[in-house]
Amino acid sequence: MTVLVEKPVSAPAASANRTLLAVHALNVSFAVGTGRHQKINHVVKNVSLELSAGRCLAIVGESGSGKSVTARTLVGLPGRNAIIEATRLEVANRNALTLSERLWRQVRGKDIGFILQDALVSLDPLRPVGKEIEEALRLHGWGNAASRRRKAIELLDSVGVPQPEMRSRQRPDELSGGLRQRALIASAIALDPALVIADEPTTALDVTVQAQVLDLLAAMKARGTGIILISHDLSVVSRLADDVAVMRGGAIVEQGPVREVLGNPQHEYTRALLDAVPSAHTKGTPLTKEGRSGIIATSDRARRVRAANAGPVLEARGLGKSYDGPDGVRRKVVHDVSFNLAAGETLGIVGESGSGKSTTAKLAPDTGEVLLDGQPWSSLSTSQRRPRRRRVTVVYQDPLSSFDPRWNAERILVDALDHRDFSTAQTRSNRVAELAGQVGLQVEHLEKHPLQLSGGQRQRLAIARALAPEPEVIVLDEAVSALDVSVQAQVLDLLTNLQAQLGLSYLFISHDLGVIHHMSDRVLVMKDGKAVEQGTADQIFNEPAHPYTQELLASLPRLEITENTTRSINA
Amino acid sequence: MSILETRETTLETDPDQASRPRRDRHIFTGLRSLGTRLLSAVGVIWAAATFTFLIQSLLPGDRATLLLNQLNGQIQERTAAELAPINEKYGFTDPLIVQYFRFLGDLATGNLGTSYQLHKPVIEVIGDQIAPTIVLTFTSLLIAWAICIVVIVGTAKRNRFFSSVASGLEALAAGLPQYWLGVILLVVFALNLGLFPVVGGTGIGGLLLPALTLGIPLAGFLGQVIRTEFESGMDQPFALTARMRGMGDTGVRLRHVLRHSVLPGITLSGWALGSLFSAAVIAESIFTRPGLGKVLVTAVNSRDLPVVCGIVILVAVIYVVANLLVDVAYTLIDPRLKTS
Repeated sequence: MTVLVEKPVSAPAASANRTLLAVHALNVSFAVGTGRHQKINHVVKNVSLELSAGRCLAIVGESGSGKSVTARTLVGLPGRNAIIEATRLEVANRNALTLSERLWRQVRGKDIGFILQDALVSLDPLRPVGKEIEEALRLHGWGNAASRRRKAIELLDSVGVPQPEMRSRQRPDELSGGLRQRALIASAIALDPALVIADEPTTALDVTVQAQVLDLLAAMKARGTGIILISHDLSVVSRLADDVAVMRGGAIVEQGPVREVLGNPQHEYTRALLDAVPSAHTKGTPLTKEGRSGIIATSDRARRVRAANAGPVLEARGLGKSYDGPDGVRRKVVHDVSFNLAAGETLGIVGESGSGKSTTAKLAPDTGEVLLDGQPWSSLSTSQRRPRRRRVTVVYQDPLSSFDPRWNAERILVDALDHRDFSTAQTRSNRVAELAGQVGLQVEHLEKHPLQLSGGQRQRLAIARALAPEPEVIVLDEAVSALDVSVQAQVLDLLTNLQAQLGLSYLFISHDLGVIHHMSDRVLVMKDGKAVEQGTADQIFNEPAHPYTQELLASLPRLEITENTTRSINA
Repeated sequence: MSILETRETTLETDPDQASRPRRDRHIFTGLRSLGTRLLSAVGVIWAAATFTFLIQSLLPGDRATLLLNQLNGQIQERTAAELAPINEKYGFTDPLIVQYFRFLGDLATGNLGTSYQLHKPVIEVIGDQIAPTIVLTFTSLLIAWAICIVVIVGTAKRNRFFSSVASGLEALAAGLPQYWLGVILLVVFALNLGLFPVVGGTGIGGLLLPALTLGIPLAGFLGQVIRTEFESGMDQPFALTARMRGMGDTGVRLRHVLRHSVLPGITLSGWALGSLFSAAVIAESIFTRPGLGKVLVTAVNSRDLPVVCGIVILVAVIYVVANLLVDVAYTLIDPRLKTS
């Protein structure tokens, strides 16, 4: 059985160094609005790239940096109303500046394969994955129906999908995340394109699955395929790419071999980006420059919490939770999970999707019990719990859906206050101003509606709302997972400072091992609803005892940092 | 063997072992949900039947008098002696509960009673006239779908001008009253242009104008819900992926996005099928077309209660059947619904 699709005889090995992509001074702008109100947005500015066969070029940047638009311009699909200018734009030996839509369609899929993130929505959710691969073949007139069918199964096999015949008849929602991402890759490389563009190919995947997909891309590269990897994740880039271009605000700020750029970054932005990645190295230090100055005097409460050093503020004993499946079968999603959370401490809960970490953190088990300050919590009725509800608050991954979109930030915060404690408009507005100050929101932000705020500001607002009732415990459920790395760094610094200042306890849930290591005092590793390992962060990350923890840590792509790396903050 | 294969199998449960009991369970849950649906369908029809029975028996006025007057075309008080044989024949003097169960028993055997006016079994009265109405209803539904799919695939997310004109026309069409549209179509195409017969028969020529009368407003309704879905479908990543593999715009629209966008239209069609049935009354009278509409109007005017009730039950049956069809269409279009 072949590891990958066999190369056609016409592509000799000697062509290993041929240039697949040559871009000089590419500018992409979008016309917004019509007539007098028309505005031109410059999204990509003066970008030059080059790629030859068997190499991988990574384009790194945060959301809005123009990296995806650049990638889509390379296949002639930058979006509506795009204006493209370049002194040279050669893709797969064609002048892309003069290609008609009809000719573009011959290039796409045949000479260039494109892989998007999250195959659950990037493959047609209503069709079997085999049909999608067959479609890629059919569009370029490959074979007949029967031979396409055979080829699709072969392709699934070559990307490492077991039982390809059966899998080809299944829809994306019937496949696991890793299998459907492989099927998406199979549909993109069906005609063995010389150039593959992968736009965040592993972003939606769990870390062990991510490692498998990266291995697959590396195998393609080894066979001579040129890969353009678009990513915000520097550790993924360092694992696969040969060259890297760092983009910010539509322009490339730094470009060169991966080892040089990531190992010895010249540009300030690249350094800040590297520093912002939370990992073992960053533990106990702020991730941003601003983070250091953010620590305000420790409050009385924090001092009391530290002085008392009493028993755990939150105690979970043998939590279990079951749900009824669609087929009427009851499934246990959390089995017998116990943990303690001390005052002023952070307990990280880490695990892959479906491991039951969010269900655990809901603190509403069927069996077992949760104690808050030694008093019953989960066994209370809703009305009994209401007066104590304010002592545990939650921040979610996507705060947007937890806000009323028609309320502005100020109203959202006022709503979260207990009106018995803040009975006059004056006291309420003072408290709102205090909360906004604590999370670093400006007065003008309070006027705005959630949709008008940036991702980081929204998460700050969500944190302010969680702080409003002066809780003892905040559950942070993937609270930084949707943020760009530099914004994530700011929010993590903010959380650290708030904890020091207010003596809060965090139940910190994340799938990101780096974030967990950076934030947690102690860590709970979950798999299939069970707590497989529990211990201090350093124990878990340096001496993992359970095989699953070891596997998890092994699949984590690590940022390769050489000796000449300087961490600007520590330096 | 791929290097990666071994690793994946450790994470996946072996499908040969896992899928077999799952399949059995699917058949079981499938049968159970079919059973629930049929049961609720019977419930709806039973409720409609009970309602019509109560109307028949509780409306003011003596039914035997009504019946006798219609037989003779007179309006007068009747003596007890005159009424006795009628009451005897129809069992009007039996206790209500006995009449009710007799009614349900008759209904179960397909006996909807006898028309007061035509002296024929109701089932026969309806059976004679149902065919043209069903033809009209389904033609209208087909026309509505054809119009709105052509317009949406052609205009949605294309040219800003055309798509806003088209969605404006959809809103306008959805608001058109059928009685007005019918008259306009009749005057323009049949009287002025003479393209169609003024008095419609049951042929193709007589079918088109009434079907358009019902189909155009429905196309507007369907268009509004389908367009929204279609436009968001065009922005979905799978549509982008299809382009990335070399598919053209029309291909993406027809092969990928359309299927995703029709679901709300299918839901609406379940309602539309029943509503078209009642709207057919209007179209049939404007275009003097044979059909149930005319039967219903005559029956209501002459208080021919068994016929009115028979049609009410029939409409209930049509709603129920339409909604069962919608459920089937749903799982055919979106197979994910079968498993979830």
